[in-house]
Amino acid sequence: MELTATTTIRKPAPEVYAFWRRLENLPTFMAHLEEVRATGDRTSRWAARAPFGTDVAWDAEITDETPGEKIAWRSTGDADVPNAGTVFFVPAPDGVSTEVHVLLTYDIPGGAVGKAVAKYFGEEPHQQLDDDLRRLKQVLETGEVVRSDGAPWGKRARQEFPQRPAQPLSDAELAKGADA
Amino acid sequence: MRANTWAGRNSVEVRDVPDPKILNSRDAILRITSTAICGSDLHLVDGYVPTMQDGDIMGHEFMGEVIEVGPGVDSGRLRVGDRVVVPFPIACGACAACANDLYSCCENSNPNAGIAEKMFGHPVAGIFGYSHLTGGFAGGQAQYARVPFADVGPLKIESDLTDEQVLFLSDILPTGYMGAEMCDIQPSDVVAVWGAGPVGQFAMDSARVLGAAKVIAIDKEPYRLQMAEQAGHTPVNFDEVDVRSRLLELTGGRGPDKCIDAVGMEATHGSAHISAYDRVKQAVRSETERPHALRQAILSCRSGGVVSVIGVYGGLMDKFPAGAWMNRSLTLRTGQCHVHRYMKPLLQRIERGEIDPTRIITHTLPLDEAPHGFDIFKNKQDNCEKVVLKP
Repeated sequence: MELTATTTIRKPAPEVYAFWRRLENLPTFMAHLEEVRATGDRTSRWAARAPFGTDVAWDAEITDETPGEKIAWRSTGDADVPNAGTVFFVPAPDGVSTEVHVLLTYDIPGGAVGKAVAKYFGEEPHQQLDDDLRRLKQVLETGEVVRSDGAPWGKRARQEFPQRPAQPLSDAELAKGADA
Repeated sequence: MRANTWAGRNSVEVRDVPDPKILNSRDAILRITSTAICGSDLHLVDGYVPTMQDGDIMGHEFMGEVIEVGPGVDSGRLRVGDRVVVPFPIACGACAACANDLYSCCENSNPNAGIAEKMFGHPVAGIFGYSHLTGGFAGGQAQYARVPFADVGPLKIESDLTDEQVLFLSDILPTGYMGAEMCDIQPSDVVAVWGAGPVGQFAMDSARVLGAAKVIAIDKEPYRLQMAEQAGHTPVNFDEVDVRSRLLELTGGRGPDKCIDAVGMEATHGSAHISAYDRVKQAVRSETERPHALRQAILSCRSGGVVSVIGVYGGLMDKFPAGAWMNRSLTLRTGQCHVHRYMKPLLQRIERGEIDPTRIITHTLPLDEAPHGFDIFKNKQDNCEKVVLKP
């Protein structure tokens, strides 16, 4: 499965590139990622969480990069869901902003993991990546993922409607946290 | 706390709900001192804006005292104890839309941007108490409210103006003003305003402040027309006269130079069969708008004139008079108000006595009587023009 998405962020390309290149930042806006940890100069360990599939972790390596312009990576070893990605950072015509163009490729397997991944992406798989990039924009432009009473859990707030009512959370809800 | 909530179509209910909490670092919590019912709240209650849920706190016109700020709030701009009016669109202040003063199109403030994008092609800003399509933010018809990006939107009131004098800076005064500003008013202009509700009244006052030669108020409620007439505007009752003929009479056959639609999606019409056509289509949801006011504005406007739309539309419209619009060189301008742009300059106009926002207030009720307030406002009972609620 191939997914593409793009957004424009009102920050210069070197800054957007630097944020992405620090791979530990990816889980702040990519909903399915739990943690990314650098294990070397170009290698890293990625962990995804439910509902993407529990306890899915894999190694990845950067296969190509041009500072300020492009990063390409792919999973290595026996990843449950072999995947690869490329992101381009292109200065926008306004002279201030950066266009971010992302291409992700997933090699979805059979079996339980494949089913979980298919269920996660649902009928509109591109929507997940669109929403990831919206959050990237929020984080870079405003400092954090924006929350509302209806969608209080940041990147965990995947359902847009119906969601919880637009009224403040009770202490119990706040203590319990997001569903999944 | 107590809060007025949506309880299904045609129903609001004041309930006990949890107090608001800081969710983002640039949030503030307000103790609300005054809040109001807006005409656009009626579109939510009437069920014409999708994505409302049982329990949603209503209200996007409110002001009060800051009682808590998040760690990211710029203390040079907002502190605990400040008295503020809150603009209804939530804006981050950092995206390209905000940088271009297009605050109601903020690219970051709507966590449910995906639904808005499906409806409108591109997302729109978050709005307090105005459906999940605009973010699922709790509204201000409550004792307390959470205000995101609190160091961007809220306007500090440092003078001794009353709540009633400044409360409408949150929405309807800037909205009416933007409606007039979009008309690019010249000293010789006759400006006609469809709708003499609160926004229409402020559009009329703004048109005069911006130098219009004559301002015409079109409505069917005698008390609303009287209110406009008392403020110096010329009333036209569409239940009694044919609007187009009357407008031609009042303008020597030219038609108004500038026309403002302050009605939006739930217009009523003097002509029963046209009204029925749209009502049926809207009822079966094959058309989301009843756009008589806009159609009439376009057909009435003089060639080369401007039609400015501040009444709310939510979806798709039938029988848009594209021929009149195109062949007669009309300019159509519109937008949810970019309130942040107008708050300071309008506060100055209020301080200088050029605009008196209090003239439209007919009812002041305790928050617990919000359902009654909705009822009289919607059904135009007891000469209701504007309801202010006191939590």
